[in-house]
Amino acid sequence: MSKKNHKTLLHCTVNGREHDDVVDDNTLLVDYLRESLGLTGTKIGCDGGECGCCTVLVDGQPRHACLTLAATCTDKDIVTIEALEVQGRLSALQRGFHEKLGAQCGFCTPGMIMAAEGLLRENPDPSEEDIRQGLAANICRCTGYVKIIESVQYAAAELKRTGKEVAA
Amino acid sequence: MEFMPNFQLHRPETIEEALEARMDNDEALYVAGGTDMLVNVRRGIEQPKNLVDLSAIHGMKSITLNSEGLHIGAGVTLKELHGHEAVVKNYTAISHSAKAVAGSTHQMYGTVGGNLCLDTRCLFYNQSEWWRQSNDYCLKERGDTCHVAPGGKRCFAAFSGDMAPSMLVYEAEVDIAGEGSIKRVPLKNLYNNDGLDHLTLKPGELVTAVHLPQELAGDQSAYEKARIRGSIDFPLAGVAVRLRKSVDGTIEDLAIALTAVNPYPQIVSGLEGLIGTKLSEESAMQVRDTVRKQAKPMRTTTVAPWYRRRVIGAIAKRLLEELAG
Ligand SMILES: Cc1cc2nc3c(=O)[nH]c(=O)nc-3n(C[C@H](O)[C@H](O)[C@H](O)COP(=O)(O)OP(=O)(O)OC[C@H]3O[C@@H](n4cnc5c(N)ncnc54)[C@H](O)[C@@H]3O)c2cc1C
Ligand code: SF4
Ligand code: FES
Ligand code: FES
Repeated sequence: MSKKNHKTLLHCTVNGREHDDVVDDNTLLVDYLRESLGLTGTKIGCDGGECGCCTVLVDGQPRHACLTLAATCTDKDIVTIEALEVQGRLSALQRGFHEKLGAQCGFCTPGMIMAAEGLLRENPDPSEEDIRQGLAANICRCTGYVKIIESVQYAAAELKRTGKEVAA
Repeated sequence: MEFMPNFQLHRPETIEEALEARMDNDEALYVAGGTDMLVNVRRGIEQPKNLVDLSAIHGMKSITLNSEGLHIGAGVTLKELHGHEAVVKNYTAISHSAKAVAGSTHQMYGTVGGNLCLDTRCLFYNQSEWWRQSNDYCLKERGDTCHVAPGGKRCFAAFSGDMAPSMLVYEAEVDIAGEGSIKRVPLKNLYNNDGLDHLTLKPGELVTAVHLPQELAGDQSAYEKARIRGSIDFPLAGVAVRLRKSVDGTIEDLAIALTAVNPYPQIVSGLEGLIGTKLSEESAMQVRDTVRKQAKPMRTTTVAPWYRRRVIGAIAKRLLEELAG
């Protein structure tokens, strides 16, 4: 096998900033985000697709960054957990996870919040069942999920109360 | 980080370009959503020199309805499929199946084509490189023994896609693009009863669409699977049932198909006797037993074969009774 890596010029937007980077064809999106851009909020919890810790939004939809090749994200809009706070103020979902104790060790939290972000953008008033469905690809080893569901319900109620959309 | 082989990525925008990219390059494989292929690449199960990514092909991403039926592009995502009105209403089991695949995030980008062409699965195969290596691999990949049935030369890895049984009970057909032509074949002809070589596709052939016939639209149907947890897990056993009955409850048409209990998704045979009858406790038990006989689960999951055989019969009976009302 040749040692030379095949490369692609990747043009994409990450958290509102445009990037033009040369990436190896075999670079996973999660490694591009963490290693090249230093966005280590996105976590790696398994060897591929099982845990949901690496969930980011690609064109507004939750997706596993560990099962996505960076080079396939050309012209895509990528949003990671780092983009949710605005000038030091937490988003409604982040506040929800804080207020309702939706995070314990916190390792699954970025993925949980990004999956919930995708859900609330599509369905701002989810039922408990909708929330369970929307987070069905995310595993938490600490909380037992009840607190996570309450956190998302808190955020949905906050958004309704303030008439705001989920953070972009 | 897991092992990642050094491959070249190709991003064709048309079906023709995809076929060319596959033909013109050594050891090339297709990847659609990548929810199975990239796991296998990361584990060193697949070590392609070239990966042909199908996600930039626009011509395979729509669902269209006409007088012949419903036509689903191979690149349609499971989420688009299970939310589609005509699928929910007229081909209900297919919607159930798409919703039962993995978890909601996988459904956002996992595709219909990838699901139908999913590799077969086994406890000794879907493991990390070091795990497989320390077991001397197996017949399906690099090794020479099957750890499930060590005496033989057969692989019993189970086809474990959730979509195929529901599509089979609706007599789906698939379009297969190959060199210079597209042919339409019954979905059941896509599969072989062989864990090593379960697809009849020739190297480089591409599934481009699935067709569901109009004549069966609106028949009642359902799909259910047994799995370890309520989400993420592959089926241990899955059953799709389609039933058409007259106003007085007489069965006019019945089809049952299974997944995860054989190397191929299987249509249950021997149900003709029920046509023209009303479902009774006795005939429902017979269906249960027929299903159990035809399911041949092997020791390919952490759950024992005898349990999967029992549960697949029980699910088939329950779904049938629910549909028969
Ligand atoms: C944690 C986890 C759990 C899962 N659970 C389930 C489950 O419960 N049920 C289930 O069914 N699946 C499950 N999957 C597998 C997978 O998510 C789905 O089957 C999905 O539909 C596969 O589609 P894809 O587009 O991602 O396929 P890919 O991974 O891109 O491809 C799968 C295979 O199909 C081939 N292929 C893809 N498209 C075509 C085409 N058009 N023509 C010819 N060949 C093609 C590829 O070469 C590859 O061999 C799971 C995956 C993970 C990671
Ligand atoms: S059934 Fe046997 S040959 Fe096939 S994957 Fe399992 S151990 Fe390997
Ligand atoms: S790291 Fe576990 S799903 Fe991506
Ligand atoms: S808070 Fe620890 S894994 Fe979820």
